[in-house]
Amino acid sequence: MSFSFIKHETNIDFIGLRKLAFILSAAMILIGAVSLVMKGGPRYGIDFAGGVILQTKFSAPTDIEKVKKVLESSNVPGLVVQQMGKAKDNEFLVRTSTTDDSSANIHKTVAKALDEGFSDNKYEFKRIEMVGPKVGEDLRGKAMEAMYFAILIIAIYISGRFEHRWMAAGLMAAGLFAGITALQYFHAPQVWLVLGALIITLGLCFVLRLNYALGAIVALIHDVLITVGLFSIMDKEFDLTIIAALLTLIGFSLNDTIIVYDRIRETRGLKTGETLPVIINKSVNQTLSRTILTSGLAFLAVFSLFLFGGAVIHDFALAMLIGIVVGTYSSIYVAAPIIISLAPPEIETPAAPVAPRGKTKLKAKTA
Amino acid sequence: MNRNLRWRILLTLAVMAVALSLVLPSVPGIKNTMLGKILPDSAINLGLDLKGGIHLTLGVDVDKAIENNMANMGQDVKASAREDDLAVLKPTSLPGTRLEAVLVGSAKQEAFEKLLGKQFPNLRIDGKETLPEDRVKYVLSMTPQYKKELAKLTIDQAVKTIRNRIDQFGVAEPDIRRQEGNRIQVQLPGLSDPERAIAVIGKTAHLEFKIVDDTVDPEAIKQGLLGPGRELSVMMQRGPNNTTRDLPIVLKKEAVMSGEHITDARATIEQNNNQFSVSLTFNARGAKIFERVTEENLKKRLAIVLDGKCYSAPVIQDKISGGKAQITGSFTQEEARDLAIVLRAGALPAPVNILEQRTVGPTLGQESIDAGMMATGIAAIAIILFMAIYYSTAGIIADIVLLLNIVLTMAGLAAFGATLTLPGIAGIILTIAMAVDANVLIYERIREELRKGVKPLEAVDKGYGKATLTILDSNTTNVIVAIILYQFGTGPIRGFAVTLVLGIIMSMFTAIFVSRIMFDLYMSKRKADAPVSI
Repeated sequence: MSFSFIKHETNIDFIGLRKLAFILSAAMILIGAVSLVMKGGPRYGIDFAGGVILQTKFSAPTDIEKVKKVLESSNVPGLVVQQMGKAKDNEFLVRTSTTDDSSANIHKTVAKALDEGFSDNKYEFKRIEMVGPKVGEDLRGKAMEAMYFAILIIAIYISGRFEHRWMAAGLMAAGLFAGITALQYFHAPQVWLVLGALIITLGLCFVLRLNYALGAIVALIHDVLITVGLFSIMDKEFDLTIIAALLTLIGFSLNDTIIVYDRIRETRGLKTGETLPVIINKSVNQTLSRTILTSGLAFLAVFSLFLFGGAVIHDFALAMLIGIVVGTYSSIYVAAPIIISLAPPEIETPAAPVAPRGKTKLKAKTA
Repeated sequence: MNRNLRWRILLTLAVMAVALSLVLPSVPGIKNTMLGKILPDSAINLGLDLKGGIHLTLGVDVDKAIENNMANMGQDVKASAREDDLAVLKPTSLPGTRLEAVLVGSAKQEAFEKLLGKQFPNLRIDGKETLPEDRVKYVLSMTPQYKKELAKLTIDQAVKTIRNRIDQFGVAEPDIRRQEGNRIQVQLPGLSDPERAIAVIGKTAHLEFKIVDDTVDPEAIKQGLLGPGRELSVMMQRGPNNTTRDLPIVLKKEAVMSGEHITDARATIEQNNNQFSVSLTFNARGAKIFERVTEENLKKRLAIVLDGKCYSAPVIQDKISGGKAQITGSFTQEEARDLAIVLRAGALPAPVNILEQRTVGPTLGQESIDAGMMATGIAAIAIILFMAIYYSTAGIIADIVLLLNIVLTMAGLAAFGATLTLPGIAGIILTIAMAVDANVLIYERIREELRKGVKPLEAVDKGYGKATLTILDSNTTNVIVAIILYQFGTGPIRGFAVTLVLGIIMSMFTAIFVSRIMFDLYMSKRKADAPVSI
């Protein structure tokens, strides 16, 4: 006995819905962008901004207002107190910013204030994290560097892999490298390096007619932008684990895109004489069950992490959950349809070129 | 059963045997049994976020060390010049690690420069200027190469000293390593009192003995009128009920002796008042110096200054020979013990700053382990149930290979000596999903082929064949991302990257290779015309 959720032969007109999907995506990205602009950029956690986190557990019940009041008297900079877990846990997250290179003293100040304010209530610091501004800056740089290399290597891999044009991929790598070296020569800040890498990648994909790679990268950027935007709307902090989640969801989102793209190529190879939109629609429908199943299972696993994994890993799981949903959506509604939007009609409509794939592409380039 | 299949089964069993022997030692309760004695010694390392401990990033103030070195060199230049009958006046440090020295007698320039070139190859003359009264002012600086060498030496020395202190403090399996940018990373697993450990590691422990100048009038101290060669310091005095107050004290600037001659330091308890003090033993040279110093300064007070702070200033009653001294300062037992450790291990060559600290208490570590296990268990059960219901027999096959995958991933961790962190547990949960994803891709393909009317055996063949390429492909992107994460991530994130890569690689083996064996077995047992349970 076995069954399936998804009808064997779905025939949803994804291509017909693509305008609507693009509007939805644009709106999501826009809302996130507005939130980011209004809040003055992403809210950095102490990994990137520097600061002190003290996870404090009291042995007897107390309330957040009292903790706040006690700590406000100690004049630590940028104090934020949050309740952790359930009220009966008596656990609070005390956060401060830092102005000093070595803010080892802040937690002593906090400890002293707590000693005085809660003389009848024992407490323990379950976790102490202190990141100085210099280390924060370095970690920010490292995260940016990781993003940049992820874009670079994935762009090269998918252009080579999807298009079977490693020459073009190599060309792109060289172009990307040259562009970034030039930016580095002018000492551009790291954010500009990453943006530069993105723009060069997209531009080169377009010029070299690496349509699949371009579609995949647009979908990735789409996923990351929406996740970052939603995190900003929810007022969540960005720290190292969130960057790890963003990179991981890039990998995940690509999985689904690869499944769909592989099917498109396989169908095109059959030379049925159908137009590209028809082929794409068919391919997305044929792979729909596995796209939804694989994403659904990943969602299920990460949801368990989200519910039971504990406070430390909570936001990581949340970012992954959002990323999985957005990534699945983008594989279906963005990555595949965008190939049509990108392809000049004279090349792509009569999808019956007889020559093998590699050669077709070469012709397309000279056309 | 054909020979090919038998060979594949044998390989799988061999792999499983190796994997189990690697994983079992990490299972609590097995280590001490008979089985545990046969098995290899390959427990999975837990990261600091799971077992609790301290992670520190220390910044070594190399500039300070270079500055000190420069000042010492100035004194050396003066001394060497004197030996050659050259008079060099007040060598003083200038900003930017430069040194100013004034030579008396412009006729002696050549001799002085020759001396510099011969005895101080690490100094170069940046400029000279003729002053009135037949004097020549020299500006000297270190060669960049020497500066670099000095920086390296300073950090190496700091690492050595810190390691020494931690060893004496008694921490199991500390991890101390140099990092770029004059930083040192220290990891101390399972410490209950982080404050004390940090104090022991971070203390410069620059010990000096200085003569107290009691002739300066308290009013003059308030106005800052100390006289030449004097400096103001504070002496901590402990009152009743653990209160402390700082008293001003005037010292002669030049130290009569420093802590480099200490061979041993011990915490001792004083008989008369049950207070703790630290007794010091000097080496032969130190003993000689100490004897001379005490002889020359009888009835004066000798201040014991640690990191610029005066601990005690007893009156020298008698010449002290034998190379022993004592620091009293009404210490608690712990303070005395920790002070003895840092004095024994030696001073840090330069001050260190704590740039980053991450401390996880043992309770949170255990909570994280429990939460991680819970999340992993529930994720695995949910997925196992889903697969069994959705794909029946084929789903159960996927479930069995999923369990194999988890065992193999853990075995990989043990074999490579990798560290399991909390994000690493998240990585395992993700690979659980990815491992069954591979089976989903294969099964969906088989279903599709079956719907097309392809014969079962052929459909299975096609399903595995065509889906394998897709699985390889999609896993490649995940591996790329994981490698980038490993390259740029810090400890816990690296743990995530490691489990992700291991899980993916193991899933290629389990989901494609092993599940195919089981599928082939199932297909061979099945009646030829029965439908495939998928």
